[in-house]
Amino acid sequence: MVYKFTKNPEKRTLPRMEAMAKWMKKNLFSTKANTVLSLFLIAGLIKIFTPIFTWLFVDATWIGDAAACREGSGACLAFINEKFTYIIFGPYPREEVWRPALTMFLMFALLWWSKEPSRWSKKLIKWWAGFVILGWILMSGGLGLAPVKSTSWGGLPLTLVLSFVGIFISYPFGIALALGRRSQMPFIKSICVIYIELIRGVPMISLLFMSSVMFPLFLPEGVSIDKLLRAQVAIIMFISAYMAEVVRGGLAAIPKGQYEAADALGLNYFQTMRFIILPQALKIVIPPSVNTAIGMLKDTSLVIIIALFDLLSTTKASLKDPEWLGFSVEGYLFAAFIYFILCFSMGKYARRLEVEFHRGHKNREVQI
Amino acid sequence: MNLFKALCLVLLLISQAAYAGKTFDAIKKRGEIKCGVTTGIPGFSVPDSKGKWTGIDVDVCRAVAAAMFGNPEKVTFVPLSSQQRFTAIQSGEVDLLSRVTTHTLSRDTSLGLNFAPVTYYDGQAFMVRKSDGIKSAKDLNGATVCVQQGTTTELGLADYFRANRMKFKSVVYEANDEVAQAFVKKRCDAFTTDASGLAAERTRFKNPSQYIILPEVISKEPLAPAVRHGDDKWFDIVKWTVYALLEAEEMGMTSSNVDGFKKSKDPNIKRFLGVTKGNGKALGLSETWAYNIVKKVGNYSEIFEKNIGKKTSLKLERGLNALWKDGGIMYAPPLR
Repeated sequence: MVYKFTKNPEKRTLPRMEAMAKWMKKNLFSTKANTVLSLFLIAGLIKIFTPIFTWLFVDATWIGDAAACREGSGACLAFINEKFTYIIFGPYPREEVWRPALTMFLMFALLWWSKEPSRWSKKLIKWWAGFVILGWILMSGGLGLAPVKSTSWGGLPLTLVLSFVGIFISYPFGIALALGRRSQMPFIKSICVIYIELIRGVPMISLLFMSSVMFPLFLPEGVSIDKLLRAQVAIIMFISAYMAEVVRGGLAAIPKGQYEAADALGLNYFQTMRFIILPQALKIVIPPSVNTAIGMLKDTSLVIIIALFDLLSTTKASLKDPEWLGFSVEGYLFAAFIYFILCFSMGKYARRLEVEFHRGHKNREVQI
Repeated sequence: MNLFKALCLVLLLISQAAYAGKTFDAIKKRGEIKCGVTTGIPGFSVPDSKGKWTGIDVDVCRAVAAAMFGNPEKVTFVPLSSQQRFTAIQSGEVDLLSRVTTHTLSRDTSLGLNFAPVTYYDGQAFMVRKSDGIKSAKDLNGATVCVQQGTTTELGLADYFRANRMKFKSVVYEANDEVAQAFVKKRCDAFTTDASGLAAERTRFKNPSQYIILPEVISKEPLAPAVRHGDDKWFDIVKWTVYALLEAEEMGMTSSNVDGFKKSKDPNIKRFLGVTKGNGKALGLSETWAYNIVKKVGNYSEIFEKNIGKKTSLKLERGLNALWKDGGIMYAPPLR
């Protein structure tokens, strides 16, 4: 895709169909060999996707019960219909489901609002802080709302809480660890190195296990720490180590001259980092940190092994309903669809940010 | 690995010492029971479309809550994975583990659990196609059998055929879904796993009525609720709650007709329903504990039929799980 900031007026006036024909001629049918290859591939795609389309939409059972689904030959969309609320909200009390729904809506609205870097300000941070407090009250109750324990949280809100809170909190931790690892002070440096290498040396499952299976055994009688909180801490610890390495890559890419220039200006360490190094380094690491974030969003589905009901777990539990056994393909496709939307939009947004931030530095078109 | 085992053992010892306290008092104070269940096994514990937990294991928890508080809804269900379950009960995260757990010697002793009476006798069984005319597992000589790789089921299969001097060819697959698919596509004559699992798989087939589960059960999987060592009073309550479910069925009491029994002259029934006092005091509960169980949850038969019986899609027979007088092995000692 080519991003141009000076829009080509000529290109805009071309009618849609004509533009498409032009594009096809250029990209698909430029030579004889290419034409044959294109036709062959298009035929292949049609051959593959027609049965899938027929199964998913044409032959699908849209409404009805499990028996109607078993009669039909297509996908059982009635299953998704029946289980929709459970898959999305999990065990959250039915009559209170509007609360996580509203929380998610507010979150997406706020994300949409803050996507323009020009709106990034102290005020926006205040908005987000306000949202976190409001979201917490909405989800867990208080101020006249019935209390809902975190054990009843589930589905998409839980996935979002685990991954977004994990990613946002681990980002500053990651920066601190990365700076620590490049520090001249041996004590701080070794602590950071040990932490990063230790955490990166074990799979996330083992951290989750430690937090949910081993950790409670160390606590004195009667003391139990919230299961969700334990998992969240484990996830933050895990992502921090990865973020640290991502940020370190950015720090290493900054030329020595920048440090020297900062020294020459008489800036101290924190000023150098705050005003010179980090703004450049963090810009460089946008792609790898989004990569990590996407990976982590998907990794949160591992909490299934400690029986937290995130999006994938609620899907799995829905598949075990004795009345609706045997519709796993439909269930998993639905979950995959939601994960795809989340990950794809994150990736898309990151590409936009890159372009935006590189505007000052590079005059050529950024080809991505 | 040895180091890991040793560490686990040390942790277990610590945890047992730490939790010699009173579970019963803690539950009374909290006002609800924390009950460990699965993350979803059809008919045993699974959330329905509204998020409400259903299943035999779940109803056992509700029965205990009815006995303790007179209200079956005073339960928090804590879903647990199979790796988590023992730590959860040992560390006090749950008070009662009602999670398709097989009662074995090592779990009863070194894992520090006390098992209440069995709520479901499961065991490995075979499923075949009706059209093949096989009536008994003894007819399976020379058969090809689909089985999941690396399970106790695979070992049980080999043991059974060897013990009966029969030949078989096994077709092994990694995942249970694959095993079921292979059976449907006639890669093998029989499909073996636990009987309840076979019943669950069968509901997913296109024509479930074309398949039958053979009557032989070739391994013992007695599934029972468990509590941790250290509080006998709590253990007694769980134990006698299960017995009360069985006793109620034996006396013919159901949730709908139990009120009629209150006027009965039968001393057994009077004791059971708390008309004659004594049982409740002995357990540290209200005298109507058993009445509450039957009235609010039902007897064993009601729980069985509602969750896995003939009218459900699992269509399981009572078999071993019938009362002793109906040919099963479910038997409650006298409640007096």
